[in-house]
Amino acid sequence: MSTLSERILNAPAGEYVDRKVDRAYAHDGTGVLALEAWKCMGASRLANATEFSIMFDHIAPANNTTTATLQRELREFATGSFMNFSDIGCGICHQLMSEGVVLPGEIVIGADSHSVTLGAFGAFATGVGATDMAAIWLTGETWLRVPESIGIHLEGRFTGASEAKDLALAFVGELGMDGATYQALEFVGEGAKDLSIDERLVLANLSVEAGAKAGLFYADDVTIRYLRERGHTVKPQLPEQCAYIKDLEFDLSDIVPLVAVPHRVDTVKPVDDLAGLPLNQVFVGTCTNGRYSDLARFARIVKGNKVAVRTIVVPASAAVLTQAIRTGVLADIVEAGCTLGTPGCGPCLGYHMGVLGEEEVCLSTANRNFKNRMGVGGEIYLSSVATAAASALEGEITAPEVV
Amino acid sequence: MQEEGHAVCLPEDIDTDVVIAGRYLRTKDRSIWESHVFEDLDPGIAPRLKGAVIVAGKNFGCGSSREQAAIAIREAGVVAVIAPSFARIFFRNAINIGLPLIEADITCNESSTVKFNLAQGWVELSGKRHKFRPLSPRMQEILAAGGLVEYWRKHR
Repeated sequence: MSTLSERILNAPAGEYVDRKVDRAYAHDGTGVLALEAWKCMGASRLANATEFSIMFDHIAPANNTTTATLQRELREFATGSFMNFSDIGCGICHQLMSEGVVLPGEIVIGADSHSVTLGAFGAFATGVGATDMAAIWLTGETWLRVPESIGIHLEGRFTGASEAKDLALAFVGELGMDGATYQALEFVGEGAKDLSIDERLVLANLSVEAGAKAGLFYADDVTIRYLRERGHTVKPQLPEQCAYIKDLEFDLSDIVPLVAVPHRVDTVKPVDDLAGLPLNQVFVGTCTNGRYSDLARFARIVKGNKVAVRTIVVPASAAVLTQAIRTGVLADIVEAGCTLGTPGCGPCLGYHMGVLGEEEVCLSTANRNFKNRMGVGGEIYLSSVATAAASALEGEITAPEVV
Repeated sequence: MQEEGHAVCLPEDIDTDVVIAGRYLRTKDRSIWESHVFEDLDPGIAPRLKGAVIVAGKNFGCGSSREQAAIAIREAGVVAVIAPSFARIFFRNAINIGLPLIEADITCNESSTVKFNLAQGWVELSGKRHKFRPLSPRMQEILAAGGLVEYWRKHR
């Protein structure tokens, strides 16, 4: 009996396989180097049968002439070679792939570590670097070592103000930053079936923070409904009895709001332990927590109040932004004193906007708090959306209340 | 083929943000990556990396998929990186740009000479020889070609 990764890759764990890639995508950060590698390979035509995409999300819009010129070159390549191209403001690459593109059972390779996000759909989705992406443009294939899998067994439902991000920080904390290196996580059990696609995307997204190669959910009724609303008819993936090399169990009703403290994602504490820590910035967004449900939850908490600290909200995509405009969520956020960024990665990676000053402290809904990532000398704490909202109102780390 | 270099010791869980910070990625100029490599860890490290073998703790290269991290290390003159484990994207990136990696758990002595043989699968430090599992044949082929670009120039 096989794990989902073994079924999709059609080989037992440990084997090296060459596989056709169904979808391959890169962004403005990795695409520039991939294009350089592609040219050096002397390649001219894209492989058939793979769907290729390039999205501009990392430095969007461009911050200076150097970036703009690099982006111009990559934009010309993407449009000239008939790739799917999403320019600045369309949104984060993983988010765009999640809006009715990736389907269960597909092999999806992104030139970004958070490509694991798409495992939420029962796809085998993983990240590679730029040169690997160039080789996929050339051949439509890549080599993979079929991973062993760790079973993340979920039961129960979230209670209080806890949300998927808190569970994600909990499993990264338990596994450690390299607890799943070369391996896949499979999220299974009754508790997994109750999770929305947005919640699954959060959990799959954080898999790589434990070093995982992929983080997969089995496609079920929730997946089928989500994709049907976006024009796709798909079948469920039924779990088989299979051997995991390790098993972790979580009762969702035991999960409390958590914070990852600098500079490690696996150093996780209950938010109560950090209550009162003064903040200079709150950031809500990213491929972890920039979806419409996140913005709506944030708005519910801050509506009618004013934030006490500078707060940057960045929708994960233009579709998220549009929905937030239509429903009034965006007005609530702006009226509460928050400011907005262009749909994309925003300040998460410290390339171009919303960076921190020396000794400044940021509470972020992102997935990484590495040293100096958002600016030299700045410190990053990671939390859920509800914790970020409660903390923004107080200007210090604050436990969220049930809304 | 036997190779060697002087040991430079690094801790565990080195992430690629620390190898080369995001603020230096807005360019294709490799000399910028080379000169700022490991800057947030140890600003004076770059000159010591010429001809060095990095001996690091587990989970080397975790985090971002940025290939510039592997390129920066190679451009700085590092001969190979040895660690008990590597983050998987960094692992692929390093092989793809022709930077040899060795999965081995050895005790580092700063500045002492490290000798290794990739094909035979051994590394020697302070007179002690350690065996390691050689890279897969495909990865050895890519490395021997000088990286994935050169590999595909040949095999295309």
